[in-house]
Amino acid sequence: MDFGFTDDQREIQRTARELLAERANPARVREHAEAGRTDEALWAELRELGWPGIALEEAYGGQGLGRIELSILSEELGRSLAPVPFLPSVIAGTLIEQAGSPAQRERWLPGLAAGELIGALGEVVGGAAELVIGAPEAQVIVLLEEGHTARVLAAEEADVEPVASIDSTRSTARVSAPEDAGEALEGDVRAGVDRALVAVSSELVGVCDRALEMTVAYVKERRQFGVSVGSYQAVSHRCAQMLLDTEKARSTAAFAAWTADADPERLPEAAAMAKAAASDAGREVTASAIQAHGGIGFTWEADVHWLYKRAQLDAALLGGAKPQRAHLAEILAKQGSALGVA
Amino acid sequence: MDLTFSQQETAFRDELRAWLADNPPDPRPLDGGEDAEYAWRRDWQRRLYDGGWAAPHWPTEYGGRGSTQTESAIYFEEIGRARVPMAANILGTLLGGPTLMQWGTPEQKERYLSPILSAEEIWCQGFSEPDAGSDLAALKTRAVKDGDEWVVTGQKVWTSGAQYATWCMLVARTDSETDKHKGLTYFLMNMNQDAVQVRPLRQITGEAEFNELFIEEARIPDENVVGGVGNGWKVALTTLMNERAGLGFALQIRMRQLLDDLIATAVERGLLDDPLYADALAELHVRCESIRLLAWKGLTDSERYGQPGPEGSLVKWLWSDTNQRLTQLAVDIIGPDALTAGTSWSYEQLRARGNTIEGGTTEVLKNIIAERVLGLPRLKVAA
Repeated sequence: MDFGFTDDQREIQRTARELLAERANPARVREHAEAGRTDEALWAELRELGWPGIALEEAYGGQGLGRIELSILSEELGRSLAPVPFLPSVIAGTLIEQAGSPAQRERWLPGLAAGELIGALGEVVGGAAELVIGAPEAQVIVLLEEGHTARVLAAEEADVEPVASIDSTRSTARVSAPEDAGEALEGDVRAGVDRALVAVSSELVGVCDRALEMTVAYVKERRQFGVSVGSYQAVSHRCAQMLLDTEKARSTAAFAAWTADADPERLPEAAAMAKAAASDAGREVTASAIQAHGGIGFTWEADVHWLYKRAQLDAALLGGAKPQRAHLAEILAKQGSALGVA
Repeated sequence: MDLTFSQQETAFRDELRAWLADNPPDPRPLDGGEDAEYAWRRDWQRRLYDGGWAAPHWPTEYGGRGSTQTESAIYFEEIGRARVPMAANILGTLLGGPTLMQWGTPEQKERYLSPILSAEEIWCQGFSEPDAGSDLAALKTRAVKDGDEWVVTGQKVWTSGAQYATWCMLVARTDSETDKHKGLTYFLMNMNQDAVQVRPLRQITGEAEFNELFIEEARIPDENVVGGVGNGWKVALTTLMNERAGLGFALQIRMRQLLDDLIATAVERGLLDDPLYADALAELHVRCESIRLLAWKGLTDSERYGQPGPEGSLVKWLWSDTNQRLTQLAVDIIGPDALTAGTSWSYEQLRARGNTIEGGTTEVLKNIIAERVLGLPRLKVAA
């Protein structure tokens, strides 16, 4: 039993954090978010480093590493709010890898692994997929229908209508397509969705972690009534709650990432748990961050709002906490006790 | 990251599981009250002792197995899973023994450790006082030197097992002139003296798990000081740090079993098809599993970096809050039976109210997390 990262994994985490602290610093994120632009220079750099293909098979030009490594990068990108289409590309690639035919994989994965293609993953509800992250820039789009079927489309086969979301660190669009457009993904769509949920959960963990870090720094510094406001229990206990929510999300996301590679039978349950915990934590922790920052937290300049907005979109992505728990309840009804674990 | 047990750990678990299956405790006594229940738990510990399973985390030289922290956690998970009673002298094996191993003289180890393990001598813990709960170092029980003895006067509270105990881990003030932490000394007090009166403390469940101790000039020989005069705070911290080290794993499994029972009932009654119940039960499932994950993660950190970190406070906080939510939801799912006196669900619900108070209130845990994990400034309060 060992929850720690390997030396290699720690190294990935360290280099990612150092790189993003510089290249995706708050001023640069704000600049791109305000302009509604992807940070092309940073994306080019991440492509050089092979990030988009970290978890894809080497046969398709990926690095062939595991879901834990992907989670590490997702978390760091979430922490920094880097304005790059990493998450949408990676989750679209995951669906094609898990559920696509050999020909479909051949066609799309090498481009996605190299970052030459940008992917997007949307969920069709009532004829269209709303707020599909990365879709305005994507060359390949995967559309989930009714949660268990999926098709892959070249962007030109779909109708992509850009719609700005509250989170302007990323592009979003409304996507629809004629019924006969694209190709069905005939394989295990659920296996792809579950792995995608893990990546989104990890990004949320990063967002929470950063929100907590900024909040703790602020409430230590900010003084009222002659003392730093962080010494008031109304404030410090809120921070403790933020940590608890974050750690709950972190531990379930880590478990789900591990499960995806080592114990796939438990993945459906683990992925639903992770996304439920991370969606709740993402909303609660970033909302608390605004509250604990007081008036300044409500200003555009304080930068806390970017975290809140990212968390809102990620929390809803592929189903928020409530649908995840509904799914989990179905699993529990079928399997009964969880005590077979470990 | 590898969330499986090693071969050695699996072998340990399988050996224990097989032993527990072959050596079940006697059926729980239905009458005879608390004394019969205690005798039953004592008998169970003797059986564990004979099988070499009373305290596997103790070093082999003292009769344990020298188990690793992971094996010790497995031990408590299996104890919980097998639904066997808690050993009668759990405070001795979990708290008293390890404290003596760290601070005791060779003579003290020789004298006390073996009878702890065999449940021949039961131990209790005399820390809290009516005016010293969360603020333990404010305790007032006084010990005054008289020749080669100490004379102790004061009052202790929340002393479980005191009516059966031979020895009490007692922290008393030996110097009232100095700083409140420095004036304390840790003693082993013989409970079999008239100067120590034990009065059961009836709790909201109606039973008396705990007691009050009224101490009126009790005598303790100087050789029963543990860790030196004036060093009582440090010795007490050793005891407190061991408090949840293993027990948490048993409690966490017990809660898992309660939740499994509750889910089974909900399925039976078709309540899992109701989205409100489904949501609440799934949330409890997420919480239960994250407690387990966080507990194991804490153990990994502790094995890697030495001492268990203050992050353990997160596990206790989440566990106690979750157990209260679970037992409250049970009333909605189980129905009137869960509010009927004497049923297990009504007991669990009432008992759970203590969870957020005992072993560190949630409020204190939040302070610990804020100050020691997040590094927030300590609240300045008037002395």
